[in-house]
Amino acid sequence: MSHSQSSRTALLWHIGVWALFALVIVVLPYIFTSSSSISMMSQMGVFIIFALSYNMLLGQAGMLSFGHAVYFGLGGFFTLHAIRAVNDEVWQFPLELMPLIGGAGGLAFGILFGSISTRRAGVTFAMITLGIGSMVESSANMFTDFFGGESGISGNRVTDVTLFGFSYGPSIQVYYLIGAWTVIAAVAMYLLTKTPLGRISNAVRDNPERAQFVGYNTTIARFIQFSLSGFFAGIAGGLFAIMFEIMTAPNVGLVQSGAVLLMTFIGGVGLFFGPIIGAVLVTYMHTALSGFSEGWILYFGLMFVFMVMYAPGGIAGVIYAHAAPWRAGLFRRLLPGYLLALIPALLAIAGLVAVVEMGYQLSLAYDPSSPIELFYMQINATSVVSWLVALLVLAAGIGGVLGAARVVRARWAEVNRSMQAPGAKT
Amino acid sequence: MSDALTLANVHKRFGETPIIRGVDLAVAPGERHAIIGPNGAGKSTLFNLISGRYTPSEGEISLHGKRISGLAPHQINRRGLSRSFQITNLFQNMTVFENLRCSLLWAQGYKYSFWHLVGRQAALNEAAEQWLERLGLSARRDVPASLLTYAEQRTLEIGTTIAGGADVILLDEPTAGMGLAERDHTMAMISEVTQGKTLLMVEHDMGVVFELADRISVLVYGQVIASDTPEAIRANAAVQEAYLGEAH
Repeated sequence: MSHSQSSRTALLWHIGVWALFALVIVVLPYIFTSSSSISMMSQMGVFIIFALSYNMLLGQAGMLSFGHAVYFGLGGFFTLHAIRAVNDEVWQFPLELMPLIGGAGGLAFGILFGSISTRRAGVTFAMITLGIGSMVESSANMFTDFFGGESGISGNRVTDVTLFGFSYGPSIQVYYLIGAWTVIAAVAMYLLTKTPLGRISNAVRDNPERAQFVGYNTTIARFIQFSLSGFFAGIAGGLFAIMFEIMTAPNVGLVQSGAVLLMTFIGGVGLFFGPIIGAVLVTYMHTALSGFSEGWILYFGLMFVFMVMYAPGGIAGVIYAHAAPWRAGLFRRLLPGYLLALIPALLAIAGLVAVVEMGYQLSLAYDPSSPIELFYMQINATSVVSWLVALLVLAAGIGGVLGAARVVRARWAEVNRSMQAPGAKT
Repeated sequence: MSDALTLANVHKRFGETPIIRGVDLAVAPGERHAIIGPNGAGKSTLFNLISGRYTPSEGEISLHGKRISGLAPHQINRRGLSRSFQITNLFQNMTVFENLRCSLLWAQGYKYSFWHLVGRQAALNEAAEQWLERLGLSARRDVPASLLTYAEQRTLEIGTTIAGGADVILLDEPTAGMGLAERDHTMAMISEVTQGKTLLMVEHDMGVVFELADRISVLVYGQVIASDTPEAIRANAAVQEAYLGEAH
C-alpha cells in the first residue's frame, strides 16, 4: 500500500469518526429527553471543550496548570458582559458567535498571564499558575463592576439578535448551540495537534533540551500553546455563560481549576479523546450521583485515587492498552479474568457504599436510627449487625478482587508472550 | 576562509572549581576532529560550552568567525551547529518517523506554525522518509523511540542531530556502550551521513578515533596539551605520558 493511499484511508477514517461524534450529539436528545438530561448533556459539551483545552497544556505540552479556570471564567464574564450590552441595545452581535467573545477574552488573558508563567516549566510553572489563579479569584472581590461582587453578574441570552432565527430560550436550542461549538472546537483542537506547533509542543513535553537542539525556543512554543489553550477555555466559558446566564467569582477559582484537572486526568491525558471521556463521566457523576448521595465527592475522590494508583493513563489509557490484544485477536483470552474480577468488585463497591452511607446517616441524619434505602433493602445505620455485614461484604469483595487480579495478571502475561512471539501479527 | 569553529582562551569554573582552564582550538571547515582525554578532563563540559548548554566564564567561542558564546542552544542550532548526547536524548513518546520529522521542522521554516498540517507537507515528509532510509530505520518507522534497541536509539540520536542540516556537528561518544560489530556499523553510518560536514567528536574508543579523525586534540585537566594529526599524536611523548601511557 502506497503512502498516499494509506493517508487517504486515514483521512476518511478521521472524517468518519468526527461525523459519528457529531451524529451522537445530534441524536442524544431523542434518547434522553428529560429537561434534566438536556441540561446535563449541555454541561458535558461545555466541559468537553474545557477539558480538551486543558489537555493542550497537560497532555500535549507537559504543563501542569492549577489555574486554568481563569481563562474559562474570564471568557464567561466577557461573554455575559457582551450579552448584557446586546440586552441594553448598545451593541448588536449574534448569540451564536458570542462564545468567540469568550475565546478572545481567554486568549487575551492567556497571552498576558502566559507570558509570565511559561517562562518556567515544571513545578515552578505549576506554582505560578496557582498564584495567578488565586490572584484572579481574589481580585473578583475588588473589581466588582466586572465580576459583580458576591452575586455575580447575569444577563438574558434571548437577545433577539441571532444568525439562524432561533430564540435560544428553550434549553434544547442551547443544547444544539453547545453541541455545534463542541464539534467545531474539538475538531480544531484535534487538528492543532497535527501542526508544527502541536508536534513541537509534544517535543517540548518529551525532551525540552533536545527540542532546543533542533532549533526551537521552548519558552515560545509553550507560550503559544498556552495562549491558544486559553482561547478554547474561553469558548467553553462563553458557552457556560450562555447556558446558565450567570457568572460568579468561583467560576474563575481554584476549585473549578481543580475540577478540570481531575476530569482530564480521569479521562486520560495521553490520548486526544481521553478528556472527552473524563468530561462526560465527571459531569455525569457530578449531576446524577450528587442527587443520590451526600457522599458523592468521597466516591469521586476514591475513584481519583484509584485511577492515579492503578491506571495513571486514565480511562483512555486503559482502553488503549487493550487495542493491541484486540487487533491480535487475543482479547477474549483476557475476558475470563475480568469476569472473575467483576463479581467481587461489585461486592466490594456495595460494601463500601453501605459503610459510607451508614456513616453519613449516623453523622448527618436528624434521626440516625431511621432506616436508609439501599440496594432495595432497608438498612439501619445504628445496628451493629448492619455494620458487620457491610464490612464483611467489603472484606470479601476486596479479597475476591485480589484473587482475581492474579488471574488477570497471568492472562495478560500470556497475551503479551503470544504477541511478542515470532510471527505474531501485531 | 575562517575556521568552522574557534575556541579562544575558553575558561569554565563551577563556583571556585576550574573545569576548563584556557582552551584554544580551531576546527577547519570539513575537518573531522576528535577530542580525547582521560575521565574528568572536561570533554563533556567543553561540548556543553560549545553547544550553549553552559556559558563560558571567560573567553570566546565562534562559529564561522561569528561569536556564539552567550547565545541560547536554539540560537546556536539555528546558526548551523548541532550536537548529539552521550546519554540518548530523544523524544521518547514519539515514533522514529516523528522524531526525524520534528528535527526537520525548524530547518524547513515551519517555525511555530499552527496553520499547516504536518501530514500534508509533502517535502517535509519526503525528507523524513529519506532520513529513515539513510539511517536504515525504515522497518522501525512507527515504533516509539523508547521501544528501540540501544543501537537503534544511538542511530536515531545521530540522525536527529544531523537531519536538521547543520554543517558543524558535535558527537558526544557516539559509539559508547556498543559491541564491535555495532560500532563498525555506526562508524560507517557516521562517515556516510557527515560527508562534507565539519565534525567534532568526543570518543573513548581509540580505534574509532585514529580511524576516522583528521586531527586529534588531547584534553587533560581542562587544557589542550596537543592538537595534531593521528600519527603525530601517537608519537607525542607528552601525550603518551599524560594519557595513552596510562592504558598500558
